[in-house]
Amino acid sequence: MDLKTKLEELAQTSVTRIEESTSLKDVENLRVQLLGKKGELTDLLKMMKDLTKEERPVIGKLANEIRDDLTTKLADKKEELEEEALNKQLQEETIDVTLPGRTVKKGQTHIIHQVMEQMEDLFLGMGYNIIEGSEIVSDYLNFERVNVPQDHPARDMQDSFYINEHYLLRTQTSAVQPLVIEAHDFTKGPLKVISPGKVYRRDSDDATHSHQFHQIEGIVVDEGITMSDLMGTLEVMSKKIFGADRVVRFRPSYFPFTEPSVEVDVSCFKCNGAGCNICKKSGWIEILGAGMIHPNVLEMSNVDSTKYSGFAFGVGPDRMAMLQYGVDDIRQFYMNDQRFLSQFSKEGAE
Amino acid sequence: MLVSYNWIKEYVDLTNISPDELAEKFTLGGLEVDGMERLGQELSGLVVGEVLTCEKLEGSDHLNKTTVSVGEEILPIVCGAPNVAAGQKVVVAKVGAILPGDFEIKEAKIMGETSHGMITSLDELGFSDSIIPKYAEDGIFILADGAEVGVDARPYLGLDDTIIEFDLTPNRADALSMRGVAYEAGAVLDQTPTFEEITVIEDDSDSVEDYMSISVEDPEDTPVYKMRLVKDVTIGESPIWMQHKLMHAGIRPIDLIVDITNYVMLEFGQPLHAFDYEKLDSNEIYVRRANQDEVLTTLDGQDRKLSPENLVITNGEKAVALAGVMGGANSQVTEKTNTIAIESAIFKPVLIRRTASQLNLRSEASSRYEKGVNYATAQSAVDLAAKLMAELGGGTIVKGTAEAVAKEAEDTVVETTIDRVNGVIGTDLNADDISEILSRLAFEHTITEGTITANIPPRRWDIEIPEDLIEEIARIYGYNNIPVTLPVTESTPGELTAAQKATRRVRELLEGSGLQEAISYSLTSPEKATRYSISEGDMVRLQNPQSEDRVALTQNLVGGLIDNANYNRAHQVTDIALYEVSHVFYKVSEEQFDEYTHVAGLLTGESGKSWLGEWEALDFYTIKGLVEVLLADYSFAEDLTFKLATDRLGMHPGRTADIYLGETLVGYVGQLHPTDTKENDLGDTFVFELSLDQLVEADKEAITYTALNRYPGSSRDIAILVDETVTHQALEKVIQENGGDYLQNIHLFDLYDGENIEAGKKSIAYSLYFANPNATLKEEEVNAGFDAVKQALIDRFNVEVR
Repeated sequence: MDLKTKLEELAQTSVTRIEESTSLKDVENLRVQLLGKKGELTDLLKMMKDLTKEERPVIGKLANEIRDDLTTKLADKKEELEEEALNKQLQEETIDVTLPGRTVKKGQTHIIHQVMEQMEDLFLGMGYNIIEGSEIVSDYLNFERVNVPQDHPARDMQDSFYINEHYLLRTQTSAVQPLVIEAHDFTKGPLKVISPGKVYRRDSDDATHSHQFHQIEGIVVDEGITMSDLMGTLEVMSKKIFGADRVVRFRPSYFPFTEPSVEVDVSCFKCNGAGCNICKKSGWIEILGAGMIHPNVLEMSNVDSTKYSGFAFGVGPDRMAMLQYGVDDIRQFYMNDQRFLSQFSKEGAE
Repeated sequence: MLVSYNWIKEYVDLTNISPDELAEKFTLGGLEVDGMERLGQELSGLVVGEVLTCEKLEGSDHLNKTTVSVGEEILPIVCGAPNVAAGQKVVVAKVGAILPGDFEIKEAKIMGETSHGMITSLDELGFSDSIIPKYAEDGIFILADGAEVGVDARPYLGLDDTIIEFDLTPNRADALSMRGVAYEAGAVLDQTPTFEEITVIEDDSDSVEDYMSISVEDPEDTPVYKMRLVKDVTIGESPIWMQHKLMHAGIRPIDLIVDITNYVMLEFGQPLHAFDYEKLDSNEIYVRRANQDEVLTTLDGQDRKLSPENLVITNGEKAVALAGVMGGANSQVTEKTNTIAIESAIFKPVLIRRTASQLNLRSEASSRYEKGVNYATAQSAVDLAAKLMAELGGGTIVKGTAEAVAKEAEDTVVETTIDRVNGVIGTDLNADDISEILSRLAFEHTITEGTITANIPPRRWDIEIPEDLIEEIARIYGYNNIPVTLPVTESTPGELTAAQKATRRVRELLEGSGLQEAISYSLTSPEKATRYSISEGDMVRLQNPQSEDRVALTQNLVGGLIDNANYNRAHQVTDIALYEVSHVFYKVSEEQFDEYTHVAGLLTGESGKSWLGEWEALDFYTIKGLVEVLLADYSFAEDLTFKLATDRLGMHPGRTADIYLGETLVGYVGQLHPTDTKENDLGDTFVFELSLDQLVEADKEAITYTALNRYPGSSRDIAILVDETVTHQALEKVIQENGGDYLQNIHLFDLYDGENIEAGKKSIAYSLYFANPNATLKEEEVNAGFDAVKQALIDRFNVEVR
């Protein structure tokens, strides 16, 4: 057999051998066997020296072609097997994607604070600042300075926790009002503040009463502040919290620290005004009290009530949350049962 | 206050105004209607009947067999009432009638007798026990002879009315009277209420001066005291119309005299008291403060020990009534009373309020006195009472009124301007608009050149200053007609303070780490208030606690979180992760109390097994990790250190660290003491508490940017054997101090004190990373730093380098 035939035969059988290899290792071995320094092709080429001058380039060319061809075929085969192996691996790695993920625990803000934060953000956006104030206050600040003198019938409305003769736990965030108004420098612009925080009343705890609850007080004082401004502000707030489709109505009311005073109702969000157990069949739900700051309160805080006027409002986040979510026992807010707390963790529909 | 729609109708025209419409107008006008009761609406089949025959039912000791005419037919009815008798007009519930509670009357057979209906009592008709007159308590209700047989019985029972229940604000005590409500109805309906004139027919032959003179110790306490005398009164039951009005207002009819005083009080809001004149045993009334320990037996038979805080009515010597609160037994009107002395007085509200609450004797009268009464009607009230006693009790009225009046009724003049009105409300009302509103309120007024002068009658004693008047104008104009705007002011930046931002940031971090926010009670037991406090101090205690377990203001939040954990455990919640941001309280002096904002957290329970088969137990380092996350949020100027706290109350002595910022204690973190854990029915529990205020206020370093290192650094590991008592913090500090300028980072990567380690020792390993930001680090430089560290560790702690 001449060299050419041998080469062609090698080419022939090698193709079959490549095709028949089943592993990457086989292919690598084959590459060494065929094309390595001591490989079969190299062996055959050693016989080139016996060829004639004329034959050499022809056979050389043929040998190169065969080498190139086998190299390509080996590479192809390798790639093919690699892909096969990858597919096999992927197949084997398939898992049940419906199994639950590893638990990453997530907490959430207490529902009362969620309601409060929502209000804070709304009012921050309207240029208000937040002042919390202290929870222990003098009776002078809690009552006298907000126009509730000793023996005023309004003191009947709230029984208080006293610490000594002159200090008590604030019964209302309005106790923050006097100091805030007094401290404000009106040459630097209007006073716009909200005061969120805890308040205390000497009540026996039951489903609708808690000796500790929350309030958010809002105060604006400037020249030319009107009831219209108050009502506009309350409407924005009510709709923000209870939904834009609520109807808001205002009723005259009485608070010692405001005159005129306002009570705000929204159309019942359960029955839409038709009358149900939530709104006590009236179609309306009382949500907050407000009014124009009483001139006595302004004067006692050294503000000229003929020049400046202002409004104040107070909201109860506990009540709001109870209404909004149908929580029927206020004590739930302070027991901190995690099954209760965690219900308010999702971003719900507006 | 319960108000009868029919009664209001006597004063204003309600022809086209339903009770609902009226209620809505009241509510929007400021008298909030809390509820409506449509009397008799749920009842049916009630007719007036006449008992024709009545005989004992054979074989029964109490049942009667009656025949009752109901107009078109005569019904046989078996009746068990003891007071049933032939000739009576009664209320019959026919077969098919519906009584309260949806109770349907059916034909019945009782001891062989067929009964076609029921003769009813007030109780069966739904009247509350508290208002049914004594005479009607036992047995059927007997109607007046004039009742027309066969017609609907409800009007005869006053059950054709609607009762409007007001929830009055304290300033509107004027609406605690029917006349006050009538004026309000007039204002909201734009009508003028009309009142019948009270004509008193006096006996000219007698003069009150011959019977009575009035004097008061202090006109401040008793600005008005009036008394009329009515002789020869026959005391029986009051007429049924009056009884209905009283019952509708929630007052039980008693007898003619009591009913008249109550009736007049309802009409005018003026409480009255009736004395038995003869029993006064004197021609004199003197009103004074009680003497210390003076005793008066009140109408309810109780001996009341009084003090100068209380005001008493005396006959010149002894007390005969507790002013404004309750009469004395010694001057009580009885059936035998012949001459009635009617008191119509006004007392200082505070005195009545104190006395009523001190003796726990709140009544319709005292609650009106507390809130003030109308000076203008003290005379009208006593006139009407005398008139009614004369007319209904056959008495004669002694001429004149004995009185001591220090303060006459007069209008209050309130002045403001149209500009001020519009300036406060935000409206654009003109003089005519305002005048019309003031007329509706029946306030005399003038408006000239923009100045409004209004004469406020005494019946509206709540209106004193311009703002009060402006509110009146606004509410009659209609709050919901006021244009709605937002304040137009110089714009102000609304922003959170550093402390507020810190609170929000803490929430984010802890919630992101899986903790739920709790809000606990600030009030707790003295024990819990102090047990887990970061630092000691005087506790703030309540003077008047409501319950034993809420006596003191807490000094820590951990105690509340433990309560919460305990509550959760009791409700089968085992995996507990809570935090709280709240105030804690310290007493500095009687006038100074400190409040600080703290943040605390609690972890307990187990994560539970998952299908993944892994489960990480909580330990000290879990909670410490949380604390480190919180603290890493600040670039404090001073060093943070953790020091083993062996004697913190309630905490594990070997697993608790106090946290210092520089020299200042800012909090602690650790494991709850096993005793506390057990007491609260918890498993291993880990807590921390930090003073958020101190963290926020602490000095911070400015954040400076350092360019990223472009040159490669190199790491060297060191493993050492060291005494168990040497802390990581101490080792790290020595490494830091001796590592040289190029030591960038120290990383603890192994800690081992198990097998193959000598007792009392531990093996600990750090990886030190060296780098030079300005050049590639040379081998010698790294070695120099590393060797220095090694040597220092050996020198300081006698470590063995492994």
